Amino acid sequence: MTPPPALPRWADVGLIPLINVLAALVVSGIVVAVIGENPFEAMMVMIKGAFVYKGSLGYTLYYATNFIFTGLAVAVAFHAMLFNIGGEGQAYLGGLGAGLTCLMFDSMFPALFLVPLAIMASASFGAVWGAIPGYLQAKRGSHIVITTIMFNFLAASIMVWLLAGRLKAPGQMSPETRSFSANAELPFIHDIINAFGVEMARSPLNLSFVVALLACVGVWVLIWRSRLGYAIRATGHSTGAAEYAGIPVSTVIIITMAISGGLAGMMAINEILGVQHRTILGFTSGYGFTGIAVALMGRNHPIGIILASLLFGALYQGGAELDFEFSTITREMVLLIQGLIILFSGGLAYMFNQPLAHLLGLLLAPRSAKGGQNG
Amino acid sequence: MANGDPTPPLAIELSAINKSFGGVHANKDVNLKVVSGHIHGIIGENGAGKSTLVSILYGFYAADSGLISINGQTTTVRHSADAIGWGIGMVHQHFMLVPNFTVLENVMLGHEGSLSVEAGAQKARSTLNKLSEDFGLAVDPDMIVENLPVGLQQRVEILKALFRGAEILILDEPTGVLTPQETEQLFEILRALREQGVTILLITHKLKEIMAITDDVSVMRDGEMVAHIETARTSPAELAELMVGRKVLLEVDHTLAKPGVPVLQAQNLCLTTANGIDQLTDISLTLREGEIVGIAGVSGNGQSELLDVLSGITAPTGGSFRVGISEITAQQPSDPAQLRSLGVAHVPEDRHKCGIVLPFSAAESMILGYSSGDKKNGGWWLSPSELETNCADRMQDFDIRPPLPKLASANFSGGNQQKIVLAREISTQPKLLLVGQPTRGVDIGAIEFIHKQLIALRNKGCAILLVSVELDEIMSLSDRILVMNNGQMVGELARDEADEQRLGLMMAGIGADDGVTALQMGAKS
Repeated sequence: MTPPPALPRWADVGLIPLINVLAALVVSGIVVAVIGENPFEAMMVMIKGAFVYKGSLGYTLYYATNFIFTGLAVAVAFHAMLFNIGGEGQAYLGGLGAGLTCLMFDSMFPALFLVPLAIMASASFGAVWGAIPGYLQAKRGSHIVITTIMFNFLAASIMVWLLAGRLKAPGQMSPETRSFSANAELPFIHDIINAFGVEMARSPLNLSFVVALLACVGVWVLIWRSRLGYAIRATGHSTGAAEYAGIPVSTVIIITMAISGGLAGMMAINEILGVQHRTILGFTSGYGFTGIAVALMGRNHPIGIILASLLFGALYQGGAELDFEFSTITREMVLLIQGLIILFSGGLAYMFNQPLAHLLGLLLAPRSAKGGQNG
Repeated sequence: MANGDPTPPLAIELSAINKSFGGVHANKDVNLKVVSGHIHGIIGENGAGKSTLVSILYGFYAADSGLISINGQTTTVRHSADAIGWGIGMVHQHFMLVPNFTVLENVMLGHEGSLSVEAGAQKARSTLNKLSEDFGLAVDPDMIVENLPVGLQQRVEILKALFRGAEILILDEPTGVLTPQETEQLFEILRALREQGVTILLITHKLKEIMAITDDVSVMRDGEMVAHIETARTSPAELAELMVGRKVLLEVDHTLAKPGVPVLQAQNLCLTTANGIDQLTDISLTLREGEIVGIAGVSGNGQSELLDVLSGITAPTGGSFRVGISEITAQQPSDPAQLRSLGVAHVPEDRHKCGIVLPFSAAESMILGYSSGDKKNGGWWLSPSELETNCADRMQDFDIRPPLPKLASANFSGGNQQKIVLAREISTQPKLLLVGQPTRGVDIGAIEFIHKQLIALRNKGCAILLVSVELDEIMSLSDRILVMNNGQMVGELARDEADEQRLGLMMAGIGADDGVTALQMGAKS
């Protein structure tokens, strides 16, 4: 049977996400107009708030850093056809790993040793938190979606228990650890840039952004250039083929989930080592879930994930500005816009495929029909 | 038949049908005239456009241009409901039946009539009984469909179409799942239907069936109709040439085997599923160097499971088999990777599900099963350029077209996909090759090539276990033939003892000796 007409790759990767975002913005614009504000003005405020105002770009990139990590986490799992909904919990546990390392060693080790150690700890804690559902899926057949969701709740409970109990700073009321020493800090980008004599506004953007970009390269190499990535993709595309090939499918599932969880766990370094310098309650604030939309929109490719992360970073930052500038547009309205983007680029990601394929078919048809008659 | 009548009434007339999928022109100006009350065959290689044409006729696809006339009336068929309305019925290659429903429930599905199923059922029962009588299609309406043998399930499909008032019946590759005897029964039914005035359109790639049953035949090649011939005036050789566009060797050049030492020895292999169903029972066999052993059997009688066990995909639940010096048992199972390292190569039955990974590039599919690194190419890094060079070499050796290592495996034709699998498995120079359905969905040109490759491999000393539902293939390639029925080996025939009838009886579960007796009795009476 001949397959149905497919979109050309450039349209699938480039045009479709663009159309999805535009559709979401149009609907958002209508909502903004309904509550009596000018949607174009609101749009300008968002763009300026995300890129133009002093320090805003730094904030956008800082948010993007979180999304890159959680987006990569979802993408890696997805290449093995595993739907990792547990990025939130894995990131949370990553914060525990980083926090414990810093609490134990921040007066002992210098930054050059402590920070990499803390990064590894955050990745390993996240990896374990991803690998357990992976094991349950591979060996016990428990569905990964269900178990990773449950593990989010487990992670949240564990963190509340620890941060309100054993890990709480003595004499403190708030559920958080004590602040780490300066040894445990990832430097801010503005500090680094300023050191070179170039002026840059203060923002929470820190070296984690560079780590996130390195992680993108790492994921690309892993998925498309390594034997393990080959096994992951084979397992994801066709379990039958993987079994036929003698690829140990269960092991691949567990390893993939460990890598995925590790990447999600590394989100914690942006928040814990980069900004807060202590482990606090609820620092993941939904970034793990947004990672799912980021991965979907980025088509599970590192470059797509960077672009989608930038968009969501801009939304978070520009949205905050929107909330600030318009009295009628509240924080909830910003959440609505984010929700619409997630809906259109995630849930309805393929809604425009068919119409676009038809349209492109019409535009390109005269050429191929002539070719057919000649041939 | 039609010669006497200058303008025979046409059941179907298609004129200048065109259909493109993206850049692929699947049907080019196709014309077809099917005479009412005839059995009309459409033959062509895979990808020649037969399925597309039938799908247009049955309303699955809309043609880009062209006219469809049914019983002399020009019409449009937008949905299969339109086609049913015009009296067209279709029997699909893969049955569209609800397995846990009775025959009656399946037949009346979608025609229940009213809220109460019972009232509709009674009406349907009498209609069904009448149809069964009229056309000699005896089936118990109260049997659960999944308990029926495949041949009877197909009968239910035909009844279903007739129940919906079909006067034109399309059968898409109907004999793929049947034994030779069941095929003959099907042909009897088709002849009876023709007697009653039903027009039949038979889609097949088997030349023998065209010759055996059809009145007229149309040949498709590369999306075009290349010939319309009266079957009585053509020959298999001519049809094959028309299909492929060049002369084809239908017979394989088969020389006498020189079997050497045993490569594979299986002792009482058993496989029982978790819920207690015996899929393999006491399978014992020996394969020697330099021989091809064919396993004949109706599909679904344990051949697939046997290949899975011997290739290490499934562990046996009893018995053992020995490859070289390694013994594999239920207690000491193996895995495909280990068996590959012992020199066992495996061409799986279902290349789409197992043999290649459809979204992978050809170069990537070309290392499936060998991706964990060979001796000269260890480490974790997969070099794309090395994969592509390796793939390009294989593509040249096996004439895989188009020779583009970067092209997605899904974009190759069936024959070329099979060549990718075969190239990969043969190029490891295996001691033992397990082959399942090597030419399923493969065009004639490629079949010839694949058969030559298998014989050449045998002549180099490889032991080959060949599983196929194509009896012709088994008989022309094998040095010995084992027959499987219901998970058991029911007999063994030497190459020169095997003929279609004897094999057919054994496939139906009658042992070799009984089969011979039955044949002799048949000859006497």
